[in-house]
Amino acid sequence: MSVYLIRRLLQASMVVFFMSAIVFSGIYIIGDPVDLLVSNEASPEELARATKALGLNKPFHEQYFVFLKNALRGDLGRSFVFGVSAVTLIIERMPATLELAVVGMIMALVIGIPLGMYAGLKPHKLSSRGIMAGSIFGFSLPHFWQGMMMILIFSVMLGWLPSSGRGDTVTVFGIQWSFLTWDGLRHILLPALNMALFKMSLIIRLTRAGVREAMLQDYVKFARAKGVSGMRIIWVHVFKNILIPIITVSGLEFGHMVAFAVVTETVFSWPGMGRLIIQSIEMLDRPVVVAYLMITVLFIIIVNLVVDVLYSIVDPRVRLQNLKG
Amino acid sequence: MNKKTAITERDQTPLRLIISEFLDNRLAVAGLVVFLIIVLTAVLGPYFTPQNPYDLAQMDIMDGKLPPGAQSLDGDIYLLGTDEQGRDMFSAIIYGLRLSLFVGIVAGSLAVAIGVMMGLVAAYFGGKVDTIIMRLVDLQLSFPTILVALMLLAILGKGVDKVVMALIIVQWAYYARTIRSTAMVERSKEYIEAAHCLALGRRRIIFSHMLPNCLPPVIVVATVNIARAIAIEATLSFLGVGVPQTEPSLGSLIKGGFDFLLSGKYWISVYPGIALVVTIVAINLVGDHLRDVLNPRLRR
Amino acid sequence: MINQTILEVNNLKTHFFTKQGVVKAVDGVSFSVDRGKVMGLVGESGSGKSITGFSIIGLIDPPGKIVDGEILLNGKSITNLPEEQMKQYRGRKVAMIFQDPMMTLNPVLRIDTQMIEALTTHEKVNRETALNRCRQALVNVGISSPDERLKAYPHQFSGGMRQRVAIATALLNDPDLIIADEPTTALDVTIQGQILYEVQKLCKKSGMALVWITHDLTVIAGLADTISVMYAGRIVEQGKLDQVLDTPVHPYTKGLISSVPGHNKRGGRLDQIPGMAPSLLNLPDSCAFRPRCPRVTDKCLKAPGETTVETARKIRCFNPIMGDAQ
Repeated sequence: MSVYLIRRLLQASMVVFFMSAIVFSGIYIIGDPVDLLVSNEASPEELARATKALGLNKPFHEQYFVFLKNALRGDLGRSFVFGVSAVTLIIERMPATLELAVVGMIMALVIGIPLGMYAGLKPHKLSSRGIMAGSIFGFSLPHFWQGMMMILIFSVMLGWLPSSGRGDTVTVFGIQWSFLTWDGLRHILLPALNMALFKMSLIIRLTRAGVREAMLQDYVKFARAKGVSGMRIIWVHVFKNILIPIITVSGLEFGHMVAFAVVTETVFSWPGMGRLIIQSIEMLDRPVVVAYLMITVLFIIIVNLVVDVLYSIVDPRVRLQNLKG
Repeated sequence: MNKKTAITERDQTPLRLIISEFLDNRLAVAGLVVFLIIVLTAVLGPYFTPQNPYDLAQMDIMDGKLPPGAQSLDGDIYLLGTDEQGRDMFSAIIYGLRLSLFVGIVAGSLAVAIGVMMGLVAAYFGGKVDTIIMRLVDLQLSFPTILVALMLLAILGKGVDKVVMALIIVQWAYYARTIRSTAMVERSKEYIEAAHCLALGRRRIIFSHMLPNCLPPVIVVATVNIARAIAIEATLSFLGVGVPQTEPSLGSLIKGGFDFLLSGKYWISVYPGIALVVTIVAINLVGDHLRDVLNPRLRR
Repeated sequence: MINQTILEVNNLKTHFFTKQGVVKAVDGVSFSVDRGKVMGLVGESGSGKSITGFSIIGLIDPPGKIVDGEILLNGKSITNLPEEQMKQYRGRKVAMIFQDPMMTLNPVLRIDTQMIEALTTHEKVNRETALNRCRQALVNVGISSPDERLKAYPHQFSGGMRQRVAIATALLNDPDLIIADEPTTALDVTIQGQILYEVQKLCKKSGMALVWITHDLTVIAGLADTISVMYAGRIVEQGKLDQVLDTPVHPYTKGLISSVPGHNKRGGRLDQIPGMAPSLLNLPDSCAFRPRCPRVTDKCLKAPGETTVETARKIRCFNPIMGDAQ
């Protein structure tokens, strides 16, 4: 088991290094690396000084090592706009984004799985077809447009929910969380739904396909031949079989959700990492951009790793295979 | 219905069969018709739009934010109102469609070409070549499209050409993977072996023999991915990192009007939004049905 | 009074109403099985033998339907019972064993879970008692160290082992009737022999009736008491095992027996029945075997009814092979 773990960890670290190399060389080759660390308004003398001070006249690989060394220390440069460490800026805003992603993910699962099961068990009913048609809209329509429509309907026309910002927060473990307050919930509902719709559609389709396939399996027939009741067949036999791929996919998609937060946060003016990076790109605050990319990439890789490991624990077939090898 | 198909299946070529089966689904046909209308409008746009959004002289900021049907100072009627810069929404939307379609189709086609090439090469040569290419594909696909696009645009900067480049880089991996799996299946089939025995050149084998048989899934993925490309471009423009705001893409139009959504001047955002959505849905309808029609497993 | 006849099937017709037409999978099948007896239901693929089995246990799903005939279990009709009632029978009075043990056991559930549920579905037992009964059942089918097996997952077993588990599960509730649908087809020949032996032993001991569905005559030869040969949805010959195998009367039965390797002389050609089994979608009005029969006559243009040739020996043929084998 530990061999498997170590192997995965090595793979993951290689990917991180690879990504950092791409980001770094991308900026180095295409842009002037000085721009990466010095503000646009600097005068030519300041540029020259910075170039020398930051060691930017050194060969490429030396610079990369410096970059890496700093990165491992947690230093990815200072924001031009805010003047503080880029990493700090991003970490400050991470809870808001994570909150959004987690609530969205929970929504997608809690609503998506039952709907998918219903559509799979009674595929010919009108409501099932409606669910499937709706799911198509969920993942083909642009993210931001869905958010916009939500604002139009729920905030402008119906006036039920607020259209922007994060609600009141409560500090737990030194971090501020908003879903623990009523106002916070009101504010998080629409953006979380926006995040969830895409995943929900995928989960509905996945669950439905899984259920339909599972019901055709011989073990269902065998269970029926034993006289087992329909409910038990669905919730014990079938459910466990389809749950495994759903959880795997959901887990992997969670990392992606953090990236999609960029759009939702822009639409709903949610103060998270995503909004920060859009502003940073606009304001040419490159250290923050680089820091965001690196951190998000790292996050996704870690999530993938965790899901892989969890999957091998949950599925008895995979678990036993790993124990042997 | 089925008896008819059973009889006619024998004397119709596969292509005609596909077309006739496609035309059976009214939704898909509707989608195709709508899409063709949109393309036609986009292509002929400059000839009939009242205003050219690229020509700054034609716009008057005093005319800004007028509701649909309002009159301009010159007496023309703004069919769909104006945006905050005074641009006629109708013209802007049509030009926006032009841009979105252009980006979507160009990026989509080039991504198909590159992806198909890489996929075929990987499948045909196998071994190390295959491993390297597929590792690259897996790596790229394990990251969300938005993130990769953002990364690329942060490096490359704004502009239509940069957006196209970013979209191509983001999309080729899908095609490569799809066609590689089909090609791997085909490669082990006997007609490829036969071609080898005839000592046909490699290029000929790949293009004349393998490619035609791998096309069906590619066509489906291509159709749906054009819709995705359009959606992604719109998203990037909406975020402000895609096409610059002087060139009206549907996404940037929506962005411009977003602030006014709450104050009741909905038309600036909603109409471009509708145009965008209709285009995407039309393409998806066509692609979805193409998938059913071309899927060999469903064909009995 | 204990019933002698456990299962009685009278003129069973199960049809499937598909878009392409009506598939008459089972078209007038009648037989009966007594206590402690084994009946072999033999036929090639598509003859309707599996569907017969499913009809008996009530697992025919739409577009299929039992359209005629009746099935009597211990004298009570179980044809087309409402699902709620049928469930009481399934797994308790009638049990079924399937062909592919790989797929009939749920891969993500443990063996004990799957076996215990067969018990708890029908009666209230606490876990301890249930586990004991499962343990005993596994020992009865020849599985040593049952405790380990109970805690394991299906994929940890070999095919033969899995099938034994399936058989043990079927026996848990002491059913009156077991329907075995090609249970040894997916297994090695040696394992086949072992399982046949175990099953025979259990039948004799408990007085269970067993319907063994197969396409392989050699399997049946050592096991069954009576045999029914099916072709195109109908039984074409029925009778005591020895009678039918030694002196087959229907040309199809004779063809089946002759085509078994081992019946021919060494180095000689294998006998075959020419042609293919007909599609059950468009059955002709004539005898279904007509296109392939070496003894076809003009009478065969009509579908033959069931005739009794000797005691408990029935056939459907206008031109049977009477007297000694050719």
